[in-house]
Amino acid sequence: MSIDQSTYDELREIAARYPQARSGLLPMLHLVQSVEGRVTPEGIQACADVLGLTEAEVSGVATFYTMYKRRPVGDYLVGVCTNTLCAVMGGDAIFERLKDHLDVGNDETTADGKITLEHVECNAACDYAPVVMVNWEFVDNQTPSSAVELVDDLRNGVERHSTRGPRLCTWRQAERVLAGFNDGLADEGPSAGAPSLAGLTIANENDWKAPSGD
Amino acid sequence: MTDTLTPVLTANWADDRSWTLPSYAARGGYAALDKALGMAPDEVITAVKDAGLRGRGGAGFPTGMKWSFIPQDNPNPKYLVVNADESEPGTCKDIPLMMASPHTLVEGVIISSYAIRAKVAFIYVRGEVLHVIRRLQAAVAEAYAAGHLGQNIHGSGYDLDLVVHAGAGAYICGEETALLDSLEGRRGQPRLRPPFPAVEGLYASPTVINNAESIASVPSIIANGPGWFAGMGTEKSNGFGIFSLSGHVTRPGQYEAPLGITLRQLLDLAGGVREAPNGQARELKFWTPGGSSTPLFTAEHLDVPLDFESVGAAGSMLGTRALQIFDETVCVVRAVLRWTEFYKHESCGKCTPCREGTWWLVQVLARLEAGQGSAEDLDLLLDQCDNILGRSFCALGDGATSPITSSIKYFRDEYLAHLEQGGCPFDPAKSTLFEEVPA
Repeated sequence: MSIDQSTYDELREIAARYPQARSGLLPMLHLVQSVEGRVTPEGIQACADVLGLTEAEVSGVATFYTMYKRRPVGDYLVGVCTNTLCAVMGGDAIFERLKDHLDVGNDETTADGKITLEHVECNAACDYAPVVMVNWEFVDNQTPSSAVELVDDLRNGVERHSTRGPRLCTWRQAERVLAGFNDGLADEGPSAGAPSLAGLTIANENDWKAPSGD
Repeated sequence: MTDTLTPVLTANWADDRSWTLPSYAARGGYAALDKALGMAPDEVITAVKDAGLRGRGGAGFPTGMKWSFIPQDNPNPKYLVVNADESEPGTCKDIPLMMASPHTLVEGVIISSYAIRAKVAFIYVRGEVLHVIRRLQAAVAEAYAAGHLGQNIHGSGYDLDLVVHAGAGAYICGEETALLDSLEGRRGQPRLRPPFPAVEGLYASPTVINNAESIASVPSIIANGPGWFAGMGTEKSNGFGIFSLSGHVTRPGQYEAPLGITLRQLLDLAGGVREAPNGQARELKFWTPGGSSTPLFTAEHLDVPLDFESVGAAGSMLGTRALQIFDETVCVVRAVLRWTEFYKHESCGKCTPCREGTWWLVQVLARLEAGQGSAEDLDLLLDQCDNILGRSFCALGDGATSPITSSIKYFRDEYLAHLEQGGCPFDPAKSTLFEEVPA
């Protein structure tokens, strides 16, 4: 793949969403990743061209944020939360098991190019700990063996769904959504998982509610 | 007497297709917008002030007062920016809110933008939550199609455009001025204040930045009146909030209650501290009241009312009401080291005390956790914290010291036990939710 005319058009389309074009740089870099599989020198050049920035200015931004990758990412970016709470609840054990099972280290990709494994920081799903993210979709309440099954299925082309979302797409497809191009899958998955509804469920059982208004 | 739990923001989360406009409208969604558009913008600001809504992102600054700081005689455009970069460890309320009911936030954005006279608004959502971003994008598209966004909203003559903007992985962008730099397409590093964003924010124009839950609370205040909101909670911490229980608790999850509820009450509702996988009872050891940047509490704080004043008086901060519960199997040194590694990783590098200081904190803590070093290292740690707290550019550095100083205060002996035993006295496998052994 390369940055062709249609990608240039979409980069300009992103920049045009904002009162000042440079605000589009983060989603533009997400688009570059969806096209190139990482942030490439060509992608940096394209963003710089569209925004009238230097390549150094764009690189300076691209290297600041952890979601931008300078090495090729597999079809599935598997992130194990190892921030304190998930780590304690089992995230450390899950991450160790996956490193061993996939024979890769942190931020490395399997030889078949399917899975890139990394540990991630808190992803705001602590009530579903331990949490694994696949292409930034939630896979909640994991154990070492369920995580092994997950990555095996992904490698073998078995369809897997997020526990609170749609069928897991590829990392490149996910990056396109982050660039602001909706894939029409918003209606997949539930409103909420059980933990999100824990308080509401108890309130309903007890007929507890906020007072009525004015 | 108000009920123990008061679902308002969470009330529709179990509805069929709750994220869609028809579902939201079936519960009266966007009626508050009509009401607001019939008021003068200043009247909307007054209502939010009178309600006593305080920022739900951690700092607790009065929302209506923030809005009133916008200089309306400034010729530049005004902007509303929603901080949906939910990343504080333990915090997990805005993500389920935007997943289950994005229209609550969108309606809040429109009313709030009308109040401060913004014509363009942004929702800055962290990039690592793909499905939440899908639902926000879809909700905004539905709102445009229904005439809630765009030109001449509800025939009022008021115009508003709303952009959903995905971040790219940086905790620091939850800091409001770093978020603004990031939204301008730069590295997310905090800005010197003053000038404050109300005067020179996005594009050096007057800007209001509010947490997602704060903005999502606005439609209910307009619909039910400021007195309704102020009637809940405590004297200076009005209203309700989402309390997020996680960790070693039987039923972790989101519990929406008036401010001032206690952890003891919440734990009762949540089935108490979680049993071990083998059925053994476990006890509360330590917890965070508002995320990892708020000083730890212990079982002695079970009855502290969870409002801004009471938590502050007890030596911590209400923060984001992110109640992370840890039982007696958890090594506090391990927990604190992991948080410290997080702050080191997320330090943006702009200022020396935080950039260098968090690195050194990790060095000393790692040595202690491995059972090396000496008791003097505890004093060294506290001295390092003293050189970071209050000397860093933004609150990230301050937050990094909270777990360290509070854990040494309550658990000094546990640090020393690592030195005496030449390593960690705890078995991490006991803290997990499963009985598997890593390969």
